[in-house]
Amino acid sequence: MRNFPLPWPAAVRASAGGVAGHPGRGLVMLLSLLTLWLLGGAVQAQTPTPETAADATAIQLLEALDVSSYAEKGEAIEAIVRSDDERARDWLSALLDGRLQRTDEGRFVVVLDNIGRHWPVADALSGEPLGEMSRRELDRIGINNALRNQLRSAIAVVDLYSADLALRRASAERLLGEVDADLAGPLSELIEQESDARVRERLALALAIHRLEQGELAAIDHLDGSLHPRARVALSRAAAGADDELASAARSALNDIEQKLKLNRAAETLYFGLSLGSVLVLAAIGLAITFGVMGVINMAHGELIMLGAYTTWAMQQLLPGQPGLALILAVPAGFLVAALAGIAIERGVIQFLKGRPLETLLATFGVSLILQQLVRTVISPLNRTVVTPEWMSGSLVVNDALSLTLNRMVVLGFALVVFAGLMLIMRRTRLGLEVRAVTQNRAMARSMGIRATRVDILTFALGSGVAGLAGVALSQLTNVGPNLGQNYIIDSFMVVVFGGVGNLWGTLVAGLSLGVINQVLEPWAGAVLAKIIVLVFIILFIQKRPRGLFPQKGRAAEG
Amino acid sequence: MWLTRPFSERSTLIFLGVLLAALLLVTALHLAVPRGHPLHVTAYTVNLLGKYLSYALLAVAVDLVWGYLGILSLGHGAFFALGGYAMGMYLMRQIGDRGVYGHPELPDFMVFLNWDSLPWYWLGFDMAGFALLMVLLAPGALALVFGFLAFRSRVTGVYLSIITQALTFALMLAFFRNEMGFGGNNGLTDFRDILGFSLRSDATRLGLFLATGVALALGYVLCRAIVASKLGRVCVATRDAEARTRFLGYRVERVQLFVFVVSAMLAGVAGALYVPQVGIINPSEFSPIFSIEIVLWVALGGRATLYGAVIGALLVNYAKTVFTGVMPDAWLFALGALFVLVTVFLPRGVAGLLGYRVKRLKRRRQDEEDTPTAGREATA
Amino acid sequence: MNFLTSLADRDRVFDFLVPAQSPVDVRHGPILYLEDVTVSFDGFKAINALNLTIDDGELRCIIGPNGAGKTTMMDIITGKTRPDAGKVWFGSRHDLLAMNEPEIASLGIGRKFQKPTVFEALSVFENLELAMAADKRILPTLTARLSGAVRDRIDEVLETIGLAELRSRPAGILSHGQKQWLEIGMLLMQCPRLLLVDEPVAGMTEQEMERTAELLTGLAGKQSVVVVEHDMGFVRSIARQVTVLHQGSVLAEGSMDQVASDPKVIEVYLGAEAEEEVG
Repeated sequence: MRNFPLPWPAAVRASAGGVAGHPGRGLVMLLSLLTLWLLGGAVQAQTPTPETAADATAIQLLEALDVSSYAEKGEAIEAIVRSDDERARDWLSALLDGRLQRTDEGRFVVVLDNIGRHWPVADALSGEPLGEMSRRELDRIGINNALRNQLRSAIAVVDLYSADLALRRASAERLLGEVDADLAGPLSELIEQESDARVRERLALALAIHRLEQGELAAIDHLDGSLHPRARVALSRAAAGADDELASAARSALNDIEQKLKLNRAAETLYFGLSLGSVLVLAAIGLAITFGVMGVINMAHGELIMLGAYTTWAMQQLLPGQPGLALILAVPAGFLVAALAGIAIERGVIQFLKGRPLETLLATFGVSLILQQLVRTVISPLNRTVVTPEWMSGSLVVNDALSLTLNRMVVLGFALVVFAGLMLIMRRTRLGLEVRAVTQNRAMARSMGIRATRVDILTFALGSGVAGLAGVALSQLTNVGPNLGQNYIIDSFMVVVFGGVGNLWGTLVAGLSLGVINQVLEPWAGAVLAKIIVLVFIILFIQKRPRGLFPQKGRAAEG
Repeated sequence: MWLTRPFSERSTLIFLGVLLAALLLVTALHLAVPRGHPLHVTAYTVNLLGKYLSYALLAVAVDLVWGYLGILSLGHGAFFALGGYAMGMYLMRQIGDRGVYGHPELPDFMVFLNWDSLPWYWLGFDMAGFALLMVLLAPGALALVFGFLAFRSRVTGVYLSIITQALTFALMLAFFRNEMGFGGNNGLTDFRDILGFSLRSDATRLGLFLATGVALALGYVLCRAIVASKLGRVCVATRDAEARTRFLGYRVERVQLFVFVVSAMLAGVAGALYVPQVGIINPSEFSPIFSIEIVLWVALGGRATLYGAVIGALLVNYAKTVFTGVMPDAWLFALGALFVLVTVFLPRGVAGLLGYRVKRLKRRRQDEEDTPTAGREATA
Repeated sequence: MNFLTSLADRDRVFDFLVPAQSPVDVRHGPILYLEDVTVSFDGFKAINALNLTIDDGELRCIIGPNGAGKTTMMDIITGKTRPDAGKVWFGSRHDLLAMNEPEIASLGIGRKFQKPTVFEALSVFENLELAMAADKRILPTLTARLSGAVRDRIDEVLETIGLAELRSRPAGILSHGQKQWLEIGMLLMQCPRLLLVDEPVAGMTEQEMERTAELLTGLAGKQSVVVVEHDMGFVRSIARQVTVLHQGSVLAEGSMDQVASDPKVIEVYLGAEAEEEVG
């Protein structure tokens, strides 16, 4: 083998010469030369001749690929699969993507990134990076569609032999519907050897699909009830096929699958509905306290949610690289920030407007405008990204048709925990008792020594803090921007009013059911129309039952 | 006649006099003073003032329900927008085949969406009379249905405010949809002419400005006539003690419905005058924030004084024009602060400040006049 | 729709809208008749199988300790609260449970609230004007003019309640006692067949109380009056027939002396009051 030629020193030299005298380019030139020297050193350190017998065999294997006949290429691929070379997978996948190439000098390289004119490449044998090469100096080893299929199966088989369980699982997954006669044999053997149940199940399914494609009636029994789309594709093909017996069996299997799918879809809708509902509950539950219990209309409630979300973002900025820890710390921090903002609003505005709900509504709306604009000016009018930590990303796979995203599940759980906490505070603590006393009869409560003003502040802080918690949770599901709160305020009020003012249980039930209703409507009405329908429904509902789902009764409630 | 009753009130006469003088002054300064002269009022300014006047009419409509009936509607922007859309549809049809696509009947956005015929609810809008009728009927019908349901179930106070807000929010979402057939996001625009007059000519702009002024005057007199009637006193009674009014035998929900519908229609007229002057109507007029801003105009000017609503609308919108020109970022701060300051420190608005001395004078005079047969109509 | 037709049909006169000359049918005796009325709030029975009959032209006083259900009973008669069970008839023709507040008011039942409720932003004169028996539909109200006769009637009532000098002052500036009087004045303007008066003398001086007693006894005969009152002295001064409510039902009925000597009443009511006085 010859010395490795550097493809671009000449080009660099030429361009450097071309711009000589241009002062701004001096540094670039220097850097280029420096890189050149370093690269040259690296090249010299690496001897291109095969060092080991394994490499010699490898070169032979690869050489066999560089022939014009596709049939021979196919054989060469088989040979690579059988070679047990640990680099086989890389070669095959590079070949599949057209990244296995040969230099003018006959050296095999893997192109790492084929964008632009100069591509970074690595040696196919050693895996060492070789710097960039011009595409003109490289020859691709071409393949056709038949080879592509063969390669995919080949890679799958190679992976199935791997010791890495994740690789085996992924490979078995890919094989579904891709099994052909050549693969069927080795796969049956592999199933016997496989230790992992999931891989075995996948392989059996893949084989069953293959057997069905071959017209084997018994395979349908195996496929019946499988929710995988590939199994359904195979069954529908069989159902449309010429073989009557097979077709009717396939049809009945498809029917069964359809039933199961319906259930799964319903479960998924329910999950998304509950997830949306949990968001609504989180957003509304703080309002249920300030509006429902205290009778204060806080239009800036949405902005308190926004503050919670921004607190999460700020925590992540403070603790770079630890999004999980930042998120956990954001829970108390978001509560505090929003609670303090709430206290400021209560002391600064609301206390002057006692007994004038409509004025309170207007004034707090003003506060919401100020808070929004403050965030726009101080932070940015654009959305901020909040990172989802590792343990919240991904999803829980229930079966082939149903997987539940983890972040939504965490938020759902969080909402329930917050709700339970609030119930405890309102039912079991001194504060809860005092709050209920002050709401029911302020004068009497005061005369019994309850400091009503203090109770007002604490209640408002509690409701606001919960809004902050909602913001922390929301930052994991939606964009964090200045308009975040605005998007939730109307929905939150709807939830509180729908559930019955002053009733935390009502808020929970209303939030969850509105979420589910919305998700049920969405598939056939579209997202926007579903929202409109829900709004109209609530408008009509309030007129039928002005006091919500769970009204308070009695002479005092008649107002 | 109950409608002429306001003409015997001093406050109405003063208001009408000031309005008339302002209209004449602007017209004179626009037409008679040569361009370039410092006193010349440009066509742009005339247009801007026309827009303010349509806002003022809207504010009067909101004050009628909020100030006198105690219904804080956070959805009056919806009625304004509906009137605006009715006018916009007429203006759209007036474009005829002069659109970008040159279709003889379909507005551009429908051609763009590959529609092949006008939806049924666009029929008739090529006739000005029909369109004007719809300017009143569309908001009126919405207010009638919504109000009928709401007042019958005695949804009042904060609840009503919140569901009016939800109403306009739902309408905004609906009008954003292209399938609704109202131009979606972009709304209706690129108007050419109105009643045969080009919307681009200065004379038409002046005409629209004057028409808006006249509409404001008429709307004001109508509202005053309602407020000064016995029905107006029933409204105030309802506002302050709804249950008591019921026990006197008044059908409170019908009073509320009647006034709400009248107010919605006035808002619709305001919207219809607004659209040709700004040249566009889009779903943002339905946004809850706009509706709540209208309430601020009224609150700043002074609740339950119709002229206060006019003053408030003019003040806030002038400030908005100035602010957004000089420091656009500061406007929302100013608006937010205004909400807080007005509600906390100025519950009776600018009119409350103005009216304080007048009231004291009036009371002294009234006490002197108090004889058993003193005329009630004039002082009510 | 009902509303639209009523607007369109201005000449038609609904029977329930004809004030004063109420079509109430009292040929068979009682003007107000409550049978087995029960209402509960969250399980608490505020009214429990209440039976009560008021004859035409009668002046009836209703007494009872706090929470006996007096105000709730008024709420039921005037349509503010719907009972869970029972019958409420006005005369022998009108089922009050099928009507709402304005209908009941137009039928000729007037009510004075426990807490005086007047329209504070309106003048004393305007308060009376609104209360006056008249066509209370929208368009007639919108176009209504004050005739000389109406003004005279208002002036007359203003004299009766002693507020003639404050006629054009807002009702909000009146004292508590004056508001009570204004509310009684509003009742008089309504010319109802049946007056429900809830604690009319609370906050009044001895003198004012005397005048009120005079006024109410003067009304009886022409109109039926039901008075709910705590002040025993006042009740004794006007009462012919007294009903004692306890825990939502009638405990005793009869003349003041009969009732006052009833051992049950002494136990639950006077006894309770005696304790209160001691405490």
